[in-house]
Amino acid sequence: MAFLMRRLVRVITVVLFVTFFSYFLLNLLPGDPVDTIAPFATKEIKEAIRKENHLDRAVPVQYWFWVEKFVQGDLGYNYTPSSKNPVADDVKSHFPVSVQLVLYSILLTMLCAIPLGVFTAYAAGSRLDRGINTVLFGAFSIPDFAIGLLLAYFVGVKLGWLPNGGYKPFGSGLWTHARTMILPVISLAIAQIAGFTRVLRSDMIATLQEDFITMAKSKGISGKRVLWRHALRPSSLTLLTVAGLNVGALIGGTVVIEAIFNLPGMGLILTSAIRGRQFIALQSTVAIIAIGYVLINVMIDLLYTVLDPRVRNVS
Amino acid sequence: MSVSGAIAPNIQLGAKIKVEKEKRKRLGITGTISAVWLALIGLSALLAPWLPIPSPKQAYIDLVQPDGNAPFSTSGHVLGLDGGGHDMLAQTIHGARVSLQIAFGAVMFGMVVGGFLGLSAGFFKGKVDRFISTLFDIFLAVPALILAMSLVAFLSGSSAQSGFLSIERIMMLALGIVATPPLGRIARASTLTWSEREFVMAARAQGAKNFKIMFIEILPNVLPAMMSIALLSVGVVVVAEGGLSLLGVGVNFTDKPSWGNMIALYAQTDLQLHPWLVFTPIIAVFLTVLSLNNLGDIIRARFDAKETTL
Repeated sequence: MAFLMRRLVRVITVVLFVTFFSYFLLNLLPGDPVDTIAPFATKEIKEAIRKENHLDRAVPVQYWFWVEKFVQGDLGYNYTPSSKNPVADDVKSHFPVSVQLVLYSILLTMLCAIPLGVFTAYAAGSRLDRGINTVLFGAFSIPDFAIGLLLAYFVGVKLGWLPNGGYKPFGSGLWTHARTMILPVISLAIAQIAGFTRVLRSDMIATLQEDFITMAKSKGISGKRVLWRHALRPSSLTLLTVAGLNVGALIGGTVVIEAIFNLPGMGLILTSAIRGRQFIALQSTVAIIAIGYVLINVMIDLLYTVLDPRVRNVS
Repeated sequence: MSVSGAIAPNIQLGAKIKVEKEKRKRLGITGTISAVWLALIGLSALLAPWLPIPSPKQAYIDLVQPDGNAPFSTSGHVLGLDGGGHDMLAQTIHGARVSLQIAFGAVMFGMVVGGFLGLSAGFFKGKVDRFISTLFDIFLAVPALILAMSLVAFLSGSSAQSGFLSIERIMMLALGIVATPPLGRIARASTLTWSEREFVMAARAQGAKNFKIMFIEILPNVLPAMMSIALLSVGVVVVAEGGLSLLGVGVNFTDKPSWGNMIALYAQTDLQLHPWLVFTPIIAVFLTVLSLNNLGDIIRARFDAKETTL
């Protein structure tokens, strides 16, 4: 419990710091931020926007008002010449798409990387192992957006098998939903698969030389069982660590992939906020993503305590 | 270091590293190819204005074919022309100039700032260490690409009117800030182990000043570990520049082509009909990142730089 509290305090500190930092950056804008956000507005509307966001107050006061609204779920507005839309509405509808992308990618990564890692560790040094390793090294160096664009062209345009963009929610049927998600998810997963497999392989090669494996083998336990039960298990912590290290890259990748496949996720909010110079919307969205990221890391830390009793006892 | 390319390839955990250590003494074939490619692309980027290639802004409108100018189809233009009649080879080389400039600038920033902070944290320990480590943690708490994106967006918003920072400098600064914590952590971890060594004690016993010990005794030993991460980081920043362009921040194509804005622009306009326009810069990015990763791995194997001591 004390562990949880410590983490929570840390999370809040980090988020406060990050958002204050971007508020500070916002105020670096020379001249009037309202002119940047709504250059099209009349004097009266500009005055209203200024009041609404407390831009007439000192920076720390502004920031405090923003935090107060943020925790109440008010993320500010997107200002366009014809309307102003609450950012919170966008986030509500777009957030699940990004979460789906991230979850599916992790799932696909695990489904591919665990068997590949176990196999290459088992067959370490063989020609097939070296072949797989070379391919993985190459795959690791392809940027996710490059894979996305290659897939979009060859599968989407040339073969015409899958749509090149757009999003259909889960409710519109499993296959309809899956068709729109397959290419983006593969684009995100390939580099992840390469990374995970390589780590799992080297980790398991080391484990396979430990005494308890020799012991298990000498007791007559079948090779398969030793491999999947005894040797894979200690690597679960390693996989968790790598997952934690990779989530940040995965979130960054998701945002870019959404832009390529035109998926209405958080990436789309970010890009349209940048294009429309909606800095308040941008800041709120970045804060949401940062919070999500920090929470995932906390969850991973908690998983450690579930998986490894030693960690539990220390804290 | 992870901006967009996920974790470094060879992270190995626990004390199990020793078992599978491939000691590669020389570069080997792949290493040589990597070095040659990097030298080629680096030199042509550096010398781009003096190479016998057209200016990237030169438009050969009268040579543009209705169904596009694929590589090798137009004489005098090996990599073909884009829809506006711009020579693709020239664009790619001048694009390398911008992309690599940003990447090196950012990583240099990360090396200097991260190196200094990491060295101080590892050397002085205690409060200094706690402060600097917390600072790193805070910057690592936002996904790297998102942090870089908002930094570029805010900074370019602010200097658009005042114009004291060019967009390239802003990209360097933003990506440099993102590259700092991983490099700093490596420097810190490495300093922690080196600062306990006998020769450091000896220098201290002879009355050397702290700064002298840090920069003359410890820094040369910390650099190799940082170098292999720095090489990987250059690749990561090249990729990040591409990702940021796809998100709509970064160098403007009409000002200067970069690999990133070429990919972003052609992906929008030409993916369906003239895909080679998209693939040319993508292949350049891929080969560069592959070479950097490969060389980084080789250096890591040579100097046995471990990321596990983070």
